[in-house]
Amino acid sequence: MKKILDKLLFGLLVLMVVAPAISVFLWMLSLSLKNEVDTLAYPPVFIPSAPTLANFQAVFDGGPFFSYFINSVIVSGLATLIAIAVGVPAGYGITRLKARKMLLTIMVARMTPAISFLIPLFTVFQALGLTGTLTPIVITHMVITLPITVYIVAGYFETLPRELEEAATMDGCSIWQSFFHVSLPLARPGIMVAAILAFIFSWNNFVFGAVLAGRETRTLPVAVYNVLTFEQIAWGPLAAAALLVTLPVLILTLFIQKEIVGGLTAGGVKGS
Amino acid sequence: MPYCRHASGFLKQAHIMSNSHPTAGAPGHSRALLRRLLPGKLSPYVWFIVPALVALLAIIVFPWGFTLWMSLFDWKIGSDATFVGLANYLSLAQDTRFLEAIMHTLYFTVLAVVLPLIFGTIAALVFNRKFPLRGMLRGMFLLPMMATPVAISLVWTMMFHPQQGVLNYLLSLLGIAPSEWVYSSALAIPCLVLVDVWQWSPLVMLIVLGGLASLPTDPFEAAKLEGASSWQIFRHITLPMVLPFVMVAAVVRLIDALKTFDTIYVITQGGPGTASETINLYLYLQAFSFYQIGKASAVVVVFFVLVVALSLVLFWLRERSKWSDA
Repeated sequence: MKKILDKLLFGLLVLMVVAPAISVFLWMLSLSLKNEVDTLAYPPVFIPSAPTLANFQAVFDGGPFFSYFINSVIVSGLATLIAIAVGVPAGYGITRLKARKMLLTIMVARMTPAISFLIPLFTVFQALGLTGTLTPIVITHMVITLPITVYIVAGYFETLPRELEEAATMDGCSIWQSFFHVSLPLARPGIMVAAILAFIFSWNNFVFGAVLAGRETRTLPVAVYNVLTFEQIAWGPLAAAALLVTLPVLILTLFIQKEIVGGLTAGGVKGS
Repeated sequence: MPYCRHASGFLKQAHIMSNSHPTAGAPGHSRALLRRLLPGKLSPYVWFIVPALVALLAIIVFPWGFTLWMSLFDWKIGSDATFVGLANYLSLAQDTRFLEAIMHTLYFTVLAVVLPLIFGTIAALVFNRKFPLRGMLRGMFLLPMMATPVAISLVWTMMFHPQQGVLNYLLSLLGIAPSEWVYSSALAIPCLVLVDVWQWSPLVMLIVLGGLASLPTDPFEAAKLEGASSWQIFRHITLPMVLPFVMVAAVVRLIDALKTFDTIYVITQGGPGTASETINLYLYLQAFSFYQIGKASAVVVVFFVLVVALSLVLFWLRERSKWSDA
């Protein structure tokens, strides 16, 4: 009897922990599927009486939402790819050189608010006449993606056994060859985690796009924020737009949460 | 000697390049011998770091230097910069709006560090036990921290709405009078803290859960054999052992709380009035609404000093917490 009660109490505790986290997203989903009558109803309607996709339609009709989506894919994709190309060898080099001071620089970078990088870079981009293109946004997003990549990948290389690489060197591999053919394939899981987290945090970033993007170069979070400022009352489309932006991230999180947990706990890293 | 080291590096490179079949025995063997004899063994690894180093210099170190230098100038974008020494800092020291922003930041930060630490640690203790669907539920618990901040801020904005928001309806179910939420000067910061707690308790949970998983099992078994109650076990074994991890989470949380921008910008824009204007919001305004680059740079420097100082305090506390347990 006491055991059953214990289990019930624990179940209640689990519910209390998880329910707030999930209910906000359910509310977002509910808002996005409601028709106008349900949206304005009081007391609020929790389950839409006649679910509709009209709000999503309104988002796509209201502006070039799809091209903002493409902008976000290009910005986060490029910023992540470059960070991987540059950051993975760096993470490897840092562990082999035991140059942990470089990781310290990255930690300090994480302590600096994003806007402080933005001011100098903004003035440089202006001087170079780059504002209004996607280039400055990609470059600033590397402020997020590069440190995450180096940090996670360096941590991963440290856990790899050196014996295989040493054996390769003994067999006459150059360090480049043993990097490409031995260490790199072994580190693939770590690199994947770094890439996914870098992409997510870049995708989520708002402030870089908010300052640097012109009308055509908006990233998704900036575009969604602008829905708020221009149509204060249109809750349905607003919730639909918010859901569209964050849905890919939510699905990714649920599917590969084990990998994400490993990557995040490695250094408590998060994008700026 | 350094010359020698470089030379050997280049020689080695040249040698490798001319040798397309590295499995060939004799050159490999002599190279291995060479590598063992020369102190410059590691230097080629530097080339792995160079590209990242250049990128980090350009996008991270250069902005630091630029900011420090620019904080000494009076410069509005579009006009000429004039050197003013420490005048920007002096004017900040007399700017009541900035001083209030510091107070708002500290108020927000204290709450946004302490509360997620408590809830996150409780959640970690829950998820440390085995139960059905644990993996999936843990994944759901992580959603707030991974979701796009702008998106969740918009939903919270709608939930906070005094007339049509769902939160006032929930209060009415409990028989509590409706609240003004973020539209009230007194409640704006606590409401933003609420969002922050919701968003970032999962990160604390992850760090503490990692700590709990790494704890040795012997002390727990011994305590059980001695007949200790679960509260005694928690208070005298789990808590002290997990405290260093909680402190790590505290440092991470401190840095993130000080830097909070997206949620505040979207939900209150620092309002009503300037009631929830933190340093970060003030900084954004100076830089990208007023284009006062010199003054904004000075704000960054002050802000950075604050972040480092508070982090050092926490590191010091962490060392102490380790020491008292040893």
